[in-house]
Amino acid sequence: MGARRKRQGGYGLLAYALLYLAFLYVPVMFLPLFSFNDSAFIAFPLTGFTTRWYSEMLADSAMHHALLNSLKVGATVSLVSTFLGLLAARALTRYRVPGGGLVLGVTSLPLLIPEIVLGISLLILLNAAAIPLSLYSVVAGHVLVCVPFAITVLMSRFEGFDKSLEEAARDLGDGPLKAFVRVTLPLALPGIVASLLLTFLTSFDEFLIAFFLAGTDATLPLYIWGQLRFPFKLPSVLALGAMILVASALLVVLAEWVRSLGVRERSPTMVGA
Amino acid sequence: MALAEQYGKPAGRRAPGRLGRLVRRSDAAKGYALLSPTLLIMAAAMAAPMLLLALYSFWSQEGTAVDTRATLAQYAIAIGRPTYRALFYRSLAISGLVTLVTVVLAYPMAYFVAFRAGRAKFVWLILLTIPFWTSYLLRVFAWKVILGYNGVINSGLMDLGLIREPLSFLLYNPAAVVVTLAHAWAAFAILPIYVSLEKIDRSLLEAAADLGDGAVRRFFRITLPLSMPGVIGAAVLVFVPTTGDYVTPTLVGGSTGVMIANVIEVQFDRIGNWPLGAALAMASMAAVAIVTILFVQAARLATARVR
Repeated sequence: MGARRKRQGGYGLLAYALLYLAFLYVPVMFLPLFSFNDSAFIAFPLTGFTTRWYSEMLADSAMHHALLNSLKVGATVSLVSTFLGLLAARALTRYRVPGGGLVLGVTSLPLLIPEIVLGISLLILLNAAAIPLSLYSVVAGHVLVCVPFAITVLMSRFEGFDKSLEEAARDLGDGPLKAFVRVTLPLALPGIVASLLLTFLTSFDEFLIAFFLAGTDATLPLYIWGQLRFPFKLPSVLALGAMILVASALLVVLAEWVRSLGVRERSPTMVGA
Repeated sequence: MALAEQYGKPAGRRAPGRLGRLVRRSDAAKGYALLSPTLLIMAAAMAAPMLLLALYSFWSQEGTAVDTRATLAQYAIAIGRPTYRALFYRSLAISGLVTLVTVVLAYPMAYFVAFRAGRAKFVWLILLTIPFWTSYLLRVFAWKVILGYNGVINSGLMDLGLIREPLSFLLYNPAAVVVTLAHAWAAFAILPIYVSLEKIDRSLLEAAADLGDGAVRRFFRITLPLSMPGVIGAAVLVFVPTTGDYVTPTLVGGSTGVMIANVIEVQFDRIGNWPLGAALAMASMAAVAIVTILFVQAARLATARVR
């Protein structure tokens, strides 16, 4: 009887969890759904299947330019912030650092400051230093937001592994560099790859900081924002959005899968946890 | 939170006495040497803009130039003008409501993953993490498509013959902002709650069951109090950024759903009164900080009382 009641409670919770999942995913699913609808209006009833919004969007040279910019910015941001995150994560897990908690607090501060404040304060700084706005300023702003993510992803990886492996390599005659390359790096590599992917994605999707810091050169989210003003452009924005969502979801799954390689207890990246 | 505990794990071997202290000190030195580039860059990149923002808020705009004599005039306007004050209240109210909704909806979800998901736990966690990493702009945009005058809901209901004319109250109001934000920030609330639930020692629950506590009593006496740090963390993680959100009120808020970030943006982009924009930003951060601290203290007190 007790067991049965527990099971019923379990089914109730399962039903709730499935509903919650629907709440998370269904609203976003309308983007791909209507991106294939043969009508300039985003409305029911669906009128027919078409891929013309995709060909229209793919033929837009402004979109190409913005996409290229976003790829460049994202790649730079992911390399820089993963490198900075690597130094910090390694230092905090390998050595006893007094005040390490405070250090983590300082480096995760960008997560607790509204993006609009980050955007305008960096704008003021660049203006005061007479540095013109460009994609480089966007990179700087994005690195600030991405380093905390990189540290979290990398620390969770570094924590899992055994210091004695590295010490064994040293005892067997490897120099510090060789020990790092032969033992530490391969163990850390999945974390590094995951951090590269997730920081790239964060930068690729970021809108508000780029909005203040980009100057005249648009990134992809800025291009999308500009298109939202024109109702007749909406279907091709849907097509673009659908492609970005699918690509991002695949990247996240890839990143989390890579990150969990060789780790017994799997749990995805959690920021703020 | 959990991160704070991670750095301090004891090193494998212990070296007592003076030698030990020396070794440990050099350990700290090595650690800081490795840490310094990141720490210096992050600290400088945070401190310099924030200090300048604070400075600007005490200056004033004279035509196209900035008068650098210190004044509280911008704060007098930012806090004193009724339209701005109304915006502060509205922003805090909207994100307070969003926080409540997201945390309450997320708790059972996190509970399910922590206690009932079994072997599928990793899959559930991935599914809940994907929205966290995917485009915020697109998630908000989806709601504009859904709630619009000719949008998904209206055209769907008309197609089904349930309504004759589109419902105009769906989009461009504070309710639309709350719904959209609650959806866009859902992933942020689940994960901290899940982590705190995951940490609970299951033997405590078994002990309570053996002593005759029912499921409901166990939940309120053990699970809920022990998961409060996660709940508080989730609330802060949602409340702080949503108060300053710009994208959502701009896309779905309309004139009645304007929030404080919108007027900050206007001062920086269109009007060009940076000192006033800076004062508005400083004031909104202060307001958020005060509310957050009060909330965290109250929540801690309440939890302590239950225990």
